[in-house]
Amino acid sequence: MAYDKFKILSTTAVPLPIENVDTDQIIPARFLKATERKGFGDNLFRDWRYHPDNTPKEQFVLNNPIYKGKILVGGKNFGSGSSREHAAWAIYDYGFRCVVSSFFADIFRGNCMNIGVLPVQVSPEFLIKIFEAIEVDPNTEFEVNLPEQTFTIKSTGEKESFEINDYKKENLLNGFDDIDYLLNIKNEIESFAKGTPL
Amino acid sequence: MKKTLFDKVWDSHVVKKVLNGPDVLFIDRHLVHEVTSPVAFLGLKNRNIKVLYPERTFATADHNTPTINQHLPVKDPLSANQLKALEQNAKEHQIPYWGLGHEKNGIVHVIGPENGITLPGATIVCGDSHTSTHGAFGAIAFGIGTSEVEMVLASQCIMQPKPKSMRITINGTLNSAVTPKDVALYIISKLSTSGATGYFVEYAGDVFRQMSMEGRMTVCNLSIEMGARGGMIAPDKKTFDYIKDREFTPKGLDWDKAMNYWNTLYTDDNSVFDHEVTFNGEDIEPMITYGTNPGMGIGISGGIPKSDAIKGGAATYKKSLQYMNFEEGDNMLGKEIDFVFLGSCTNGRIEDFRAFASLVKGRRKANNVTAWLVPGSHKVEDAIKKEGLLDILNEAGFELREPGCSACLAMNDDKIPAGKYAVSTSNRNFEGRQGPGARTLLASPLVAAAAAVTGRVTDPRELMIFETA
Ligand code: SF4
Repeated sequence: MAYDKFKILSTTAVPLPIENVDTDQIIPARFLKATERKGFGDNLFRDWRYHPDNTPKEQFVLNNPIYKGKILVGGKNFGSGSSREHAAWAIYDYGFRCVVSSFFADIFRGNCMNIGVLPVQVSPEFLIKIFEAIEVDPNTEFEVNLPEQTFTIKSTGEKESFEINDYKKENLLNGFDDIDYLLNIKNEIESFAKGTPL
Repeated sequence: MKKTLFDKVWDSHVVKKVLNGPDVLFIDRHLVHEVTSPVAFLGLKNRNIKVLYPERTFATADHNTPTINQHLPVKDPLSANQLKALEQNAKEHQIPYWGLGHEKNGIVHVIGPENGITLPGATIVCGDSHTSTHGAFGAIAFGIGTSEVEMVLASQCIMQPKPKSMRITINGTLNSAVTPKDVALYIISKLSTSGATGYFVEYAGDVFRQMSMEGRMTVCNLSIEMGARGGMIAPDKKTFDYIKDREFTPKGLDWDKAMNYWNTLYTDDNSVFDHEVTFNGEDIEPMITYGTNPGMGIGISGGIPKSDAIKGGAATYKKSLQYMNFEEGDNMLGKEIDFVFLGSCTNGRIEDFRAFASLVKGRRKANNVTAWLVPGSHKVEDAIKKEGLLDILNEAGFELREPGCSACLAMNDDKIPAGKYAVSTSNRNFEGRQGPGARTLLASPLVAAAAAVTGRVTDPRELMIFETA
């Protein structure tokens, strides 16, 4: 699935200082019934965001107009639980391009990179600084620099570098996906398949 | 070179290593269900390509399906649409499809093993995190996202870096009423829901060797709940006996050839793991969860931990207890419950029904309890009837539903109402997992049975004393 190329992102951020945010919260199962990848942003954090009668829960951060931007900052172990890529779709579709946390669940992290959302893992100390910066000023800007692999709090100039493997980085910078790569090596795959015992 | 079981299987499936990138891993078996596949098939269509190896792909309908009146059209139009999409996609790409009502239909992780699709030493993926279940047979099995489903359909490969390795060893003997589910919940409570993130786990030691294949599946199933990519157990005689003569298992000379390979599947002595953890089988009690992630579990006779005893995240902890409407320090025993759910890919196999039936036998379902007993597949359903368990269940006031994921994820009609408490044999107690506002207590089939007949959280050992005396 094609997605926008990712290079440098300068934007404000939305804070969600909760640990173990699982994919059932990001998108509850009852919203997984589509057969196309459309409209998932409306149901991002559905049950934290809306009352059962669909009126917004005012205290939830996505309903607070003070907080906006293309970065979502979450607590430790973000994205645990189900493998549903719909969670990453919902985040992308809502308008986020980057998720920051001190720790990500495996499958969620992979899903994000496969659809053009950059997961940035920072140290627990730096994560606290990011939350503090937003608390002091919700309009604080951050810079996510993929070529340099750095995340910067622009108001203070503090920055931390993050890890990503070269292959995934190239993909995100160019908007490529793994299927393009795999289809290119189809011959190798087919000869490998001939030798598999099962 | 000394190799772990995981190394042996992974390394033999690497088609190619990408420089400073992931491995291209060949996938032997791909299981497909209706929820995470439609967008992947759409991707194939947009690229104008076909499934590369339809014979390595198997499709079933489970997540969205009703568990009563399966012979009638599915009422929810969105679910019906998804089910139809899978049927059409399977037909178009000539993939075996076991839809609603088919004799081989059931939860994807239950039908894989019971039809012999799951084999030792295989790589198996599915767009569902509990694919880790199949690791019980010495396979590398894990859940993938929809983009990866599309990759496997298109190329029979995925691209992933090799995970780190962890071995969890439990020696000793389990106490009475302690089941594989309790072992898994115990491990997760010790390691936390992120304790194994980045790792692939091998379970080793007496406790797993003595476990039945069903029990091993329960343990491997829950590997994902501590963040692990997957979990596996070296195959042994039990494994081979289980798979022999199943429909898709190799036969004749192919079987002998496969056995030669399977007999090499163990961790070499003195292999090095990135991380090792050891527990004692004797320390494990029947378990129950009190919070909103599977790591929040305690021995059933214990109390809910105080927030100051919790490492970090006190605010998250309090939010969780608030959702459950529990207080720090509360005892779990005696808490009133409203629903009991026996089923899911964690505990929806025949052995789970045997355990449940053994405890409710000669008793009555409590009046305040609604019980949903949902077999993992038609084959499980048939076995329940054939073994006479259905009569025992009926006499105790329980009914059996039709196979499916049911209340495990509340995507179908089986939803626990807001505010209600459910003792569930499934795998996740996240907020809203079993329905918006639903409160889930994860436990074994024995604990579920004890709750079902008493209407509250009850130590199954209290009800079992007579039988062992
Ligand atoms: S039973 Fe639950 S965990 Fe298992 S496949 Fe179905 S929804 Fe997933």
